[in-house]
Amino acid sequence: MQLTVWTYEGPPHVGAMRVATAMEGVHYVLHAPQGDTYADLLFTMIERRGKRPPVTYTTFQARDLGTDTAELFQSAARDAYARFSPQAMIVGASCTAELIQDDPAGLALAMALPIPVIALELPSYSRKECFGASETFYQLVRTLTDQNLKPAPREGRRPRANLLGPTALGFRHRDDVVEVTRLLNDIGVDVAVVAPLGATPADLARLGEADFNVSMYPETSDTAVRWLEKTLGQKYTRTVPIGIGATNEFIAEVCGLAGLPVPSVPADSRMPWWSQSVDSTYLTGKRVFIFGDATHAVAAARVASTELGFEVVGLGCYNREFARDVREAAKLYGVEPLITDDYLAVEDAIAASACELVLGTQMERHIAKRLRIPCAVISSPVHVQDFPARHSPQMGFEGANVIFDTWIHPLAMGLEEHLLTMFRDDFEFNDAAGSSHLGGHGAAAPVAEAEPEVAAPVQPGGWTAEAERELMKIPFFVRGKARRNTEAFAAMKGLPSITLETLYDAKAHHAR
Amino acid sequence: MNTALAAAAAPRPILRERGQREVFCGLTGIIWLHRKVQDAFFLVVGSRTCAHLLQSAAGVMVFAEPRFATAIIEERDLAGLADANEELDRVVAKLLARRPEIKLLFLVGSCPSEVIKLDLSRAAARLSESQPGVKILNYSGSGIETTFTQGEDACLAALVPACPVAPTNARRLLIVGALPDIVEDQFRRLFAELGIERVDSLPPRRAKDLPQVGPGTVFLLAQPFLGDTAQALEDRGCKHLPALFPFGAEGTTAWLHAAAQAFGIDEMHFRAVVAPGRARAKRALERHAERLAGKTIFFMPDSQLEVPLARFLANELGMTPIEVGTPYLHRAHMADELIALPEGVLISEGQDVDKQLDRVRAAKPDLTVCGLGLANPLEREGLTTKWSIELVFSPVHGFDQAGDLAELFARPLVRRDKVASLPKSAPCN
Repeated sequence: MQLTVWTYEGPPHVGAMRVATAMEGVHYVLHAPQGDTYADLLFTMIERRGKRPPVTYTTFQARDLGTDTAELFQSAARDAYARFSPQAMIVGASCTAELIQDDPAGLALAMALPIPVIALELPSYSRKECFGASETFYQLVRTLTDQNLKPAPREGRRPRANLLGPTALGFRHRDDVVEVTRLLNDIGVDVAVVAPLGATPADLARLGEADFNVSMYPETSDTAVRWLEKTLGQKYTRTVPIGIGATNEFIAEVCGLAGLPVPSVPADSRMPWWSQSVDSTYLTGKRVFIFGDATHAVAAARVASTELGFEVVGLGCYNREFARDVREAAKLYGVEPLITDDYLAVEDAIAASACELVLGTQMERHIAKRLRIPCAVISSPVHVQDFPARHSPQMGFEGANVIFDTWIHPLAMGLEEHLLTMFRDDFEFNDAAGSSHLGGHGAAAPVAEAEPEVAAPVQPGGWTAEAERELMKIPFFVRGKARRNTEAFAAMKGLPSITLETLYDAKAHHAR
Repeated sequence: MNTALAAAAAPRPILRERGQREVFCGLTGIIWLHRKVQDAFFLVVGSRTCAHLLQSAAGVMVFAEPRFATAIIEERDLAGLADANEELDRVVAKLLARRPEIKLLFLVGSCPSEVIKLDLSRAAARLSESQPGVKILNYSGSGIETTFTQGEDACLAALVPACPVAPTNARRLLIVGALPDIVEDQFRRLFAELGIERVDSLPPRRAKDLPQVGPGTVFLLAQPFLGDTAQALEDRGCKHLPALFPFGAEGTTAWLHAAAQAFGIDEMHFRAVVAPGRARAKRALERHAERLAGKTIFFMPDSQLEVPLARFLANELGMTPIEVGTPYLHRAHMADELIALPEGVLISEGQDVDKQLDRVRAAKPDLTVCGLGLANPLEREGLTTKWSIELVFSPVHGFDQAGDLAELFARPLVRRDKVASLPKSAPCN
């Protein structure tokens, strides 16, 4: 048994729901106890969908246990078929139904419905949500794709690609699809089918008409694109176009697959100039800790390091299936990869890293809040505010703009930081004065709240009054780091107490 | 006044349905119960689905060092039962070492733990011996056994045998059901003014304050979903005081009155004590009655609060209930409510969600009370909804919350009018 409060991923049947809900004309009959319908609200509330997910639950109760549940499953499937007239149906069991040994596959087969019925094997006690989504999409593709279709001859037409991987409840999937479609269009490639998001079973049938596949999110698309390569000979892209460098690489890769010359288009993004402008100088070497799903974490590390000039001090992911990618990337930045689904381990790693910015999921947002470190969200799981109304892709050149704004805003910008430092002893800008936009009075509290931590006596040694006063002159948002560095330095040197001199010795030491 | 008999004399047709149920399981009760009992910890023994449900229902609360967690059953636990028990002991020991302030630990059963027949009551007994100083109990919050608020019922029913014995002939009043502290304090002040000296609450705020119970104890149910708890109390000789549930001016008056009568409080004194609160409640309701009177309302089943709330909305605000769905209808506890509910209201017990949604669409109610899985989809169809879970989390009982309770129903209608200028069908995802 594993003691858990927070889980980065839901159970695998939620992954299957993400695929079914993304598609049109597919219905999911899920053998599950009463109560499992809670998952509906992830889609209706977090993603704000205006339709119920296309899922029928058998919602069996204790009194149904026994021979009854198999009949319950069949009548639920029959009713769902009659009511929703889907073009294809997927059937499966949630964790509890997995234990009661009804066989949704056999039961559905026996019903002989006049549509394809795809049975899912999703081991709930060993696998999780991403696996569920990936496996479901793969099974749908495998069953529904017409294996005899070949792309039409290339003469007189533009190359065509399928966009594979976007699902319901995916972090920025909606806008990434728009952005990648635009990108492909600009280099002369048409999009054949986007799947699962917005696709019908009929769309899946004609996947073979495309010349190649774009594997947008390996977490959901990898199994399917590999099968398509093996079966239909469709090549697929390995680069996920998040960030300027990756987007350029992606363009080159697509051109290779499409047989087009690589265009020498400059990046259609403000991000490179924004990053080069002098106000961004202060971003240099900012220590950043990155955690999320493997795809987004690896992409974020590249952007952080090579496009924003940050120093990556931590990199990890929660999905073991793609841990290898993270391990390889971690080598590039000389950090220890963190592969865990235990948020307490992530919290410890963040605290130990002394980072100045956290890029992560909803969970890291809360950890960072507790540790008073700036943070931006780069990956699922996310809450409702990260399904925004405005266009906010992560991919392509517009995605790079979005990333620049999102990551930089939580940091104090250069000019602002400079002014704060310059005026730190000014009556209006000292810590006790609070922010001017809060009227200068009510704001003292939050700063004061943080003080007990700072003012606590240090063991061994402890701060002299003079050194403590000097420490208080350092702007509050870097003071914690200064305190930690100084104490670490004092401990290393075995100093009995921390004096003014120790403070500046430590500063010199860490400035190296 | 034997209310059960009265109800039997005037039977109401009740539509019983079976089919897909769009409801929470009893585990959800943990979200508010752990806030109420400050030194209790709730350890669900279940699957990743259970942990995911708690996380989805608890929202940001998950990050505030909450006093609940899930011991997720893994493949190797399924291999053999002995193994699972050892694992559970290990997890509990680890947990209690991390959280030494915990005095009451609930092992909460889930669908998976029940289907594999993991005996959590024996585990609780075994662990109680190895973990002195911590009371360890067990109840089921599984979806196969319990619906949403029934999780609280199961939890409180498990607490009843742990309550100390009250001295015989000690006359005391017990308020049963987790209420927000502010509401509980209001009720205590009213009972004190009435002259009822000894008032206890179940659940208590701390484990050491478990109420003494015995034949001298009379109890009021503050919530309509406490059938098993009431039974457990009656088994220990306590006496239930039937009453309306304390929603609105009338419900609260009737509820207080039941206690006043049981304690032989003078009628004039009773009226004098409740008059100010009752008048305040009525004043607060007036404002909302303008908006709500004549409006039709449809309740999908969720918490068992539906019948008393429909009674309140019909009688005190002039709304017209069309259908009142409840996951489970306790005939005896609901007897007074059913009598007070206007004629012609369809009461349905259980659910076949697609068929019920057909009835909603056909009736086109002005307001539909439903869960979060249905609310946005119905809004997209042009129906105004009130999401029901808020009724369980917000302070809504008693005189001074009557206006707030009415406002919860008025707000979606007010909003509908305010944003009426927006186009009806914005692009959907």
